[in-house]
This record gives sequence, C-alpha cells and structure tokens, in this order.
Amino acid sequence: MKLAEVLEALSLAVDDPEMLDIEVEGGYCSDLLSDVMAKAAAGSIWVTNQAHPNVVAVASLIDAAAVIVAGGVQPEEGTVNKAQELGIPLFSTDLSAFDVVGRLYELGVRGSLRNG
Amino acid sequence: MPDVRDVGALMSVTYDIAARDFVRAGEAANKLKRLLQQLGLDPAVIRRAAIAAYEAEMNIVIHSYGGQIKVDITPESIEIFCEDSGPGIPDIEKALQEGYSTASEEIREMGFGAGMGLPNIQKSADKFRIESAVGRGTCLQVTILHEAGE
Repeated sequence: MKLAEVLEALSLAVDDPEMLDIEVEGGYCSDLLSDVMAKAAAGSIWVTNQAHPNVVAVASLIDAAAVIVAGGVQPEEGTVNKAQELGIPLFSTDLSAFDVVGRLYELGVRGSLRNG
Repeated sequence: MPDVRDVGALMSVTYDIAARDFVRAGEAANKLKRLLQQLGLDPAVIRRAAIAAYEAEMNIVIHSYGGQIKVDITPESIEIFCEDSGPGIPDIEKALQEGYSTASEEIREMGFGAGMGLPNIQKSADKFRIESAVGRGTCLQVTILHEAGE
C-alpha cells in the first residue's frame, strides 16, 4: 500500500510529493525504542507518542516507511530537522495512537514483525 | 567524521560517542548501517549490526561519561568493540536480565531504559563479551558473522 493512501485515511498532508509513493508494508506501534529496534519489520509505518530526535534515528535504522506521532504531541524542532536530513517521512496528528492504528487496520495495514 | 581505513580485506571505522547528547544519539549506528549497505551486506546481518550498535551507542550516551565504538569488517564477520569511561556495571549478570534497568525516570519517559539494551545486543550477536570495572568503565565486544544471518 502506498503512503498516499495511509495519509488520506489519517487526513494528513505531505510537503514532499515524492513521499506519497513510499510503500507501506505493515505497521508497528510502541513507545519503547529498544522494542521497535528489535521487532519492527523494515517498511513499517511506526505509530508512537514519542517525539524526540532519537525516534528519527531509530526509524532510519529500521528502514521505517514513515513515523506517525500520535496524541497531539508536537515533534521537537530537532526531530523535524533530523527527519528532513535522513529523509524520514514524519507526521503528527491529534488522533490517539489507538485511533491511528484503528484507521490503518481498517485500511488493511497489518502488524509486521522482523524475522529472526 | 569517522576515521575509515581500508586495509586490504579489513575495513575499520571508529565513532566517538558523547555522553548525554540525545540529539546526536543514534548517528553512529546510522552511519555504520549506511556503510554496511554500501558494502552490499545481507539486510538481516545489517539489521543485527544496527541493533547492536544502536543499543551500545545508547548505553554510552545514557550511562557513561563518553566512549568509542570501533567496528572492524572482515570477510567473515562484523566486529563491534565498545569502550566507555564511566561508572561501570557492578552486577553484569543483573544488567543482562531483560527488564532490568538503572536508567532514571526522565530517561524512561523518553522510551529508553526498558532493560532491553544488553539483551538485544546479546540476541543479535554470534559472540558477545562484556567486561566492566566499577568506577572506570565498560568494554563490550560483539561479533556478527556474515554467514549466520537469520
């Protein structure tokens, strides 16, 4: 599924149209960075309430398709800058993590775990 | 800038890690990951190296006064050596237990300190060695074989 579809379901807009073509292969939801590092599959869309710059470092390490910061948490300036620098699509929404995941699930996005 | 030397089949790279720098934390692991991708290594092996390097880097950022991560890439393996100066680990057996953490509340609120760092490194490693001297620092050696990629 393309990121464009996911963003439409969450009523989110994108600055860089190239990002719309990114393939979303699954999803993962966690606020524990070590948990995401260990378990989230590459190509996942990551839903979290964390908004500090290390989130982007982790997203880049796991080759996340995108990061959705939920619960009305505004990403810090350092987070936004780092996302641009590393080319990670980063979005924030007032929807709770529960509602974001619910909408993604309805759309057909399923949880994806790393093999091994 | 990391110091990269290409000595025949062996490539060696060293990253300096600053204590308490949460903005740059994760940069060394990301640079290593990109280097391994450029070398065309297996994605599963790269992920395991990324996990080990990231967790080691975060441990140095969170718990030490600063340190270094040196990585040797040989035809057989990725060797990750971490060394920090810091308080050291009084009880290594405890520190290796999943869920055990000495991180502060403030650190935990950021999503660190889940007590998964060292266990994640261990799970990613084909060989794992840790030594620590209280009041001096901690050394970690992780071997990831190219062949054993899960």
